[in-house]
Amino acid sequence: MPVQTAAPRIEVRPSAPVQTSSAKTKVAVRELDFFYGKVQALHSISIEIPERIVMAFIGPSGCGKSTFLRTLNRMNDVIPGTRVGGEVLIDDHDIYAQGTDVVDLRRRVGMVFQKSNPFPKSIFDNVAYGLRINRVTSKGSELEGRVEQALKDAALWSEVKDRLKTSALSLSGGQQQRLCIARALAIRPEVLLMDEPASALDPIATSKIEELIFDLKKQYTIVIVTHNMQQAARVSDRTAFFLLGKLIEVNATEKIFTAPNVKTTEDYITGRFG
Amino acid sequence: MDTHRHLDDELSSLRDRVLLLGGEAEQALERAMYSLSERDSEVAQQVLDHDDQVDRLEVEIDRQCIDIIALRQPAARDLRFVISVAKMAPVLERIADHACNIARAAIDLNNEPELKSVLDLSRMAEHALIMLRSALDAFTSSDAVTAREIIKSDSEINDLYNHTFHRLIELMVTEPATATRDARLLFVAKHLERIGDYVTDICELTVYMAEAAFIKHT
Repeated sequence: MPVQTAAPRIEVRPSAPVQTSSAKTKVAVRELDFFYGKVQALHSISIEIPERIVMAFIGPSGCGKSTFLRTLNRMNDVIPGTRVGGEVLIDDHDIYAQGTDVVDLRRRVGMVFQKSNPFPKSIFDNVAYGLRINRVTSKGSELEGRVEQALKDAALWSEVKDRLKTSALSLSGGQQQRLCIARALAIRPEVLLMDEPASALDPIATSKIEELIFDLKKQYTIVIVTHNMQQAARVSDRTAFFLLGKLIEVNATEKIFTAPNVKTTEDYITGRFG
Repeated sequence: MDTHRHLDDELSSLRDRVLLLGGEAEQALERAMYSLSERDSEVAQQVLDHDDQVDRLEVEIDRQCIDIIALRQPAARDLRFVISVAKMAPVLERIADHACNIARAAIDLNNEPELKSVLDLSRMAEHALIMLRSALDAFTSSDAVTAREIIKSDSEINDLYNHTFHRLIELMVTEPATATRDARLLFVAKHLERIGDYVTDICELTVYMAEAAFIKHT
């Protein structure tokens, strides 16, 4: 049994029904528990994420939002001693069911991290990397077309098209982060997970990432973890507030930021937490 | 934490300022009606002279709201409070403007012989003042229930206005010599009726602030 510490009394409301009109549910999480060894990090999380929206996860440090994000493509599997209970359904299939092809899962559910992590390779090779290792294509012209499209989708093409063979490490921080997004997009995922993708960037680079997120939701389901509440307000359609490993409230972003249903959410949003 | 206390201090200062503006509007209306009923043009002139201060206060509140939004980025109940105040300040300033118009009418009427009509504008004025005071109290205590009751009571002031309108038209027909003075009183009645509408706006903002509900035009 996991070690349970006395949790403060907080009001928890179940997920509000998704208001987006006729949106199909892309990700459905049911009563998800997650343990780091004996420590329970997530408590019975249930949430639905409609396709082609931006869902933001907010909450104080250590609330479990990044852990939860990483359960959506089983990135936590690589951490020894972790354990998951409950279900994570993507297109109605439980990704934790036996026999799940985790490599294929991570192809379908791409991820962008807080710190840009380009490979010490050329810009072209960075974007082509996933296509090559997944054997999506090796044909020169098709590969070039997919790389170009990914760079265009990541709003980076016009800035790098004349220097595709130069090292990715020569790009600015913001460009490197968009390159990582292009790398994730190249293999055409269905869901894109972003763990504080702009936290290390200046306001201009942040603005470009946010514009990009806005454009990408036409094609992808995006889940973003952010510490920056204004960023969540700017980019997301729905926002989920986490605290102490529990999902406290999920609702339309405008509702969360103007009139949240739960007092704990309001206290956090207005900076009167604790 | 200090940052939050700082925001609390700023919101508290904003609340004080808007209540001060509300008090100024209330006092302007009270004094304008006094100048009309007591034929005291000196008091009417004081109302007019004081209006610049009311205007300045409105601008200060505008600036303070913009500063808080730009620098503190309030959310949820804080955001609703700041937005409500930002929208309420010009409403209160307009109430004070209507009071000035009543004061101007009083000065004009006080320069002419007193009307012997049985017309009673004091009931309308009293009702408008009670509505305004109660609306400011409801705002202070975020009392949406009282705010809704005040909105309903605006129909009473509208009824009084309609009655006054017809009575003054009758007087203009039966006593044409007093038509100019009757017309001035008609304007005063219209100002009081508009003040009732503005108080309704204040109450709608209080409901928004307290419940995040938009009840305007419903």
